[in-house]
Amino acid sequence: MLTDETLDSPPAPLEDDPFAQVDFPGLEKSLRRPRTLMNALLSGLVALMTAVALAPLLSVVIMLAWRGGKKLSLSVLTHLPPAPLEAGGGFGNAILGTAVMVGLATLAVVPFGVLIGVFLAEAPLENRLAQAVRFAAKVLTGFPSILAGVFAYGAVVLATGGFSALAGAVALSVLMIPTVVLTSEDAIRMVPARMREAALGMGATHTQTVFMVLLPTALPGILTGVMLAVARACGETAPLVFTALFSNYWITSGGRFDLMQPTASLAVLIYNFAGMPFANQVELAWAAALVLVLLVLAANLTGQALSRRQRQQS
Amino acid sequence: MSMTPSTPAPGQGSNGNGQAKAPGEVVIDCHIKELHYGTFKAVRDTAVPIQKNRITAFIGPSGSGKSTVLRCLNRMNDVVRGFRFSGHVRFLGHDIYHPSIDATAVRRYIGMVFQQPNPFAMSIYNNVAFGLRLNGYKGDRAERVQTALQRSALWDEVKDKLGESGLSLSGGQQQRLCIARAIATEPEVLLMDEPCSALDPIATRKIEELMVDLKQRYTIAIVTHNLQQAARVADQTGFLYVDTSEGGRTGYLVEFGDTKQIFDAPKEKHTRDYISGEFS
Repeated sequence: MLTDETLDSPPAPLEDDPFAQVDFPGLEKSLRRPRTLMNALLSGLVALMTAVALAPLLSVVIMLAWRGGKKLSLSVLTHLPPAPLEAGGGFGNAILGTAVMVGLATLAVVPFGVLIGVFLAEAPLENRLAQAVRFAAKVLTGFPSILAGVFAYGAVVLATGGFSALAGAVALSVLMIPTVVLTSEDAIRMVPARMREAALGMGATHTQTVFMVLLPTALPGILTGVMLAVARACGETAPLVFTALFSNYWITSGGRFDLMQPTASLAVLIYNFAGMPFANQVELAWAAALVLVLLVLAANLTGQALSRRQRQQS
Repeated sequence: MSMTPSTPAPGQGSNGNGQAKAPGEVVIDCHIKELHYGTFKAVRDTAVPIQKNRITAFIGPSGSGKSTVLRCLNRMNDVVRGFRFSGHVRFLGHDIYHPSIDATAVRRYIGMVFQQPNPFAMSIYNNVAFGLRLNGYKGDRAERVQTALQRSALWDEVKDKLGESGLSLSGGQQQRLCIARAIATEPEVLLMDEPCSALDPIATRKIEELMVDLKQRYTIAIVTHNLQQAARVADQTGFLYVDTSEGGRTGYLVEFGDTKQIFDAPKEKHTRDYISGEFS
């Protein structure tokens, strides 16, 4: 119904034509209006800032893939570190060492962390002990990791008389526990109140409600927190330098698995090898860095996938 | 489908006197003198007898304490901070507010269905079997689950997907799932707190038919905002109203009687005005 006539005779709509077009000022797009211009400028600024923020991340990832990827092979993942000037070798013992120490720390942290999370979520808000525990956990989240190392050095290394995988696991667990506690508390609090009410209405005791309803429902969220803590622990270097130190050998003594001796880890291997004047060691450090990033990435992606599943359910 | 022996704790006809009640006899004798939440006096002077195999409805305007009275009957108010109660609630001869009574055990004999359908984030089967697991029921759980789902008129819709999440069902189905969950343990009484207010008219009608069906086996008390609903399903009706004379908003029972009498020949002016829609 767009005719010259309707355009020529603006605002007043034609009485007899229900589809007549009415003219409004400023309905069409134009960069000349200040409002539109400002909008375009700010959008550009946001895009620019995003690019600036992503630049270091992307350059590290590209650099790692480039320089670490060259050296990456199955033998690198399974062999022991080479001596200076020796060709070949790998960091299989460091992968195993990281896995063992992070695994031990996780096994120790999960039961304590989740139960503390249950306490924080279920205790009344004005409970003094819960407030103190929550405050301590929040402070610990930002705890300098080197101090966790110093703590484990004093508590385990000095007490047992030597650097060990056990001391490394203790140091890592100190760093992991606040994350697990706080994410568990959040996950349990996010369980809809009506489910708690339903359990009570069925005659469930508080304990039954926690173990049969709250924890199963919060499980994906709790696992997300655990994976985040694992990802952080994998990359920690400072606490391990004080506790597990390093080793060029497998985590065994006399052919038997031994937690009480100095143990290699990916992070400390990177730290040691990157500064060496030998090309082979430096290349191995790059490859180890790539492996470490991939491990952390895998842990993070698992955590995200689990939390997405939880959000879909609730 | 024959019923297997009842669960260790709740069971059909289990009562403190050791003698089964006949339909129409009082199962819960509730007498609330005063009920406080903190300093707020929520309900006063309300006495209702809940009769066996009957549907008892509570109607009244918002704030008249209908839900509060209902939640008194299985001690769901205990979890509300600052809850205080004077009076008595006798369930088959037991004063359920006596200090020696375990509140969680009371709720196993007096089940509850809530306003918002609240299935657990677990499979349909596990939702219905929840109460059986809670009580450590050792018998044939699958049979009990099937019976409960059949009695709540949900079996045909879910029998092929018992492993799917209870949350995947529609609102009306979720509410029937919650009813199945509540009756799987064979409670004596079923409390329903506005069970249809979150449902569409078709799902509402289904739940209403279900209630009439279920009263053959269970005793039902229901809170409803919907007067027609009370008129359709309830045998007895209690009308609660808000008393603002003391400054607060305190609910109290104005009139209690057969539904027909309450709707056709109310004795109190407040009831008459409310039923005829003169105020809300």
